Amino acid sequence: MKVLVAVKRVIDYNVKIRVKPDNSDVDLTNVKMAMNPFCEIAVEEAVRLKERGVATEVVAVTVGPKAAQEQLRTALALGADRAIHVQTDERVESLGAAKALAKVVEEEQPELVILGKQAIDSDNNQTGQMLAALTGRAQGTFASAVEVEGDALKVTREIDGGLQTVSLALPAIVTTDLRLNEPRYAKLPDIMKAKKKPLDVKTPEELGVEVASRLKLVRVEPPAERQGGVKVGSVDELVDKLKNEAKVIS
Amino acid sequence: MSILVLAEHHDGQLAGATAHVVAAAQQIGGDIDVLVAGENVGAIAEAAAKLDGVSRVRVADAAVYAHQLAEPMGELLAGLADDYSHVLAVASTTGKNVMPRLAALKDVAQLSEIIAVESADTFKRPIYAGNAIATVQSEDALKVVTVRATAFDAVGETGSAGVEAVEAVVDNALSSFVGEELAESDRPELGAAKVVVSGGRGMGSGDNFKLLEGIADKLGAAIGASRAAVDAGFVPNDMQVGQTGKIVAPELYIAVGISGAIQHLAGMKDSKVIVAINKDEEAPIFQVADYGLVGDLFEILPELESKL
Ligand SMILES: Cc1cc2nc3c(=O)[nH]c(=O)nc-3n(C[C@H](O)[C@H](O)[C@H](O)COP(=O)(O)OP(=O)(O)OC[C@H]3O[C@@H](n4cnc5c(N)ncnc54)[C@H](O)[C@@H]3O)c2cc1C
Ligand SMILES: Nc1ncnc2c1ncn2[C@@H]1O[C@H](COP(=O)(O)O)[C@@H](O)[C@H]1O
Repeated sequence: MKVLVAVKRVIDYNVKIRVKPDNSDVDLTNVKMAMNPFCEIAVEEAVRLKERGVATEVVAVTVGPKAAQEQLRTALALGADRAIHVQTDERVESLGAAKALAKVVEEEQPELVILGKQAIDSDNNQTGQMLAALTGRAQGTFASAVEVEGDALKVTREIDGGLQTVSLALPAIVTTDLRLNEPRYAKLPDIMKAKKKPLDVKTPEELGVEVASRLKLVRVEPPAERQGGVKVGSVDELVDKLKNEAKVIS
Repeated sequence: MSILVLAEHHDGQLAGATAHVVAAAQQIGGDIDVLVAGENVGAIAEAAAKLDGVSRVRVADAAVYAHQLAEPMGELLAGLADDYSHVLAVASTTGKNVMPRLAALKDVAQLSEIIAVESADTFKRPIYAGNAIATVQSEDALKVVTVRATAFDAVGETGSAGVEAVEAVVDNALSSFVGEELAESDRPELGAAKVVVSGGRGMGSGDNFKLLEGIADKLGAAIGASRAAVDAGFVPNDMQVGQTGKIVAPELYIAVGISGAIQHLAGMKDSKVIVAINKDEEAPIFQVADYGLVGDLFEILPELESKL
């Protein structure tokens, strides 16, 4: 079966962000960018499905600026066969991304689409669910295990109370949680080979979709800073402070 | 304006978080309906009817809603949404699963995990693991919103709203429930506990989490964990606190053997009082802790338990 993987270019998860002085947004100039960690897990899962002979082709797709091709090359180096770039400089949020992805799904007809559960910039956690709704497909969100069983897909989901297993009719949409797998690193020869793999560029206009966000970003500010407190010297002092100063225990 | 709140419920009981979402709805202003969807949910609907500020409880009671799978729930909500200016749900794994599906069916954006209501169309929400707070305005006619329960105080339970059945039942040929493995615990729920004691990689093993249990027993606390502790297999995933786990804001949060990565802080830094126990005095967790104790947790925890 054909598997489509959606990857997003985001700030590297180790970087501490700064808010712009004019409070218009966060400052991303000269900041290290990377593939969203949940998308790495999505690519890894697709590549493993191919290695197990379940997937026949893995196609990586992103919606974003020119620079996002870096993340597509990373996906290709990790084992995707080809890539599709829906290129736009608009501020794309989940609904716009889902609409563009839905068009790609219409063209490519993948049996399975794997996305991350959440982009660590917007922390939205929406795109996979929206794509599932737009394509009328079943969704297995926050997946920690995925198994193809004939024409159904068994997905174990991480839910607040523990784990839930659902069976989905294929074609289906899956979003990844952290424990689905541990992504590999790209090896140098694979990075070289990835440069020659096909990468198609399309525009939202060609796909006939409007991707710009309809949410207005009014203001961005740093969170209230927590004042670091004091170090206590002993357990006795800690218990005393909690009882008599903070008054949170009795 | 009129607002529909999707009730959160588990095991035949209305989840406390629902009362926090109703509070957010009150801040928006307008008539508030609560939708209870599930199978045999009569008692849950009765409980929802008591929430202050609710004008009507709508009940969709049918086998197809039994496990609140996203496909039928999205369709159910999409069928009801035209009567409302806002649809709100808890930012739980259920709300996160269902609400974007509704939003896409209605061709509107979703606002995830709001922490403040500025006006009927403008909300605050954390982005970048809580390292920035965005004020966002929606231009859509229908606002689909998930709410961080800990950011709003619960409404009271002195109301007596009317309860009405939703007759239309949707089909679901896309997905089916296979099973679930739920954590069993007599402790309070992480998101609602007044005290949370969390262990990290420094705990060394799952067995060593017993050291936290004695303390949690004495404080009536829930037990949480860092992702590293979950990844190492010390404890199950439902205990993870952080950007991609659970968000907690108890009166007292005790972090033991946790370094304080931003992804962990995202889930607990709104706690009222934070205590950190760590042998590394440079650990970043001390920068947010009100009380820091530098030392070996294996010595400190037994002493702490005995002195509480
Ligand atoms: C996309 C993404 C999402 C993530 N989401 C989350 C999330 O939701 N929640 C989360 O927690 N993490 C999350 N993480 C992981 C996060 O980046 C950190 O790796 C993790 O929080 C570290 O856990 P830790 O503090 O337990 O482990 P470590 O960083 O290894 O810290 C262990 C600490 O224990 C101390 N210690 C060791 N032995 C002792 C002892 N005997 N006595 C006292 N102290 C001791 C050490 O000094 C150290 O500070 C995420 C990461 C990514 C990439
Ligand atoms: N612009 C985009 N291009 C490609 N995939 C995206 C884009 N935005 C979101 N996604 C996918 O959707 C997942 C969840 O993102 P979100 O719902 O926006 O938090 C990401 O991990 C990606 O897999």
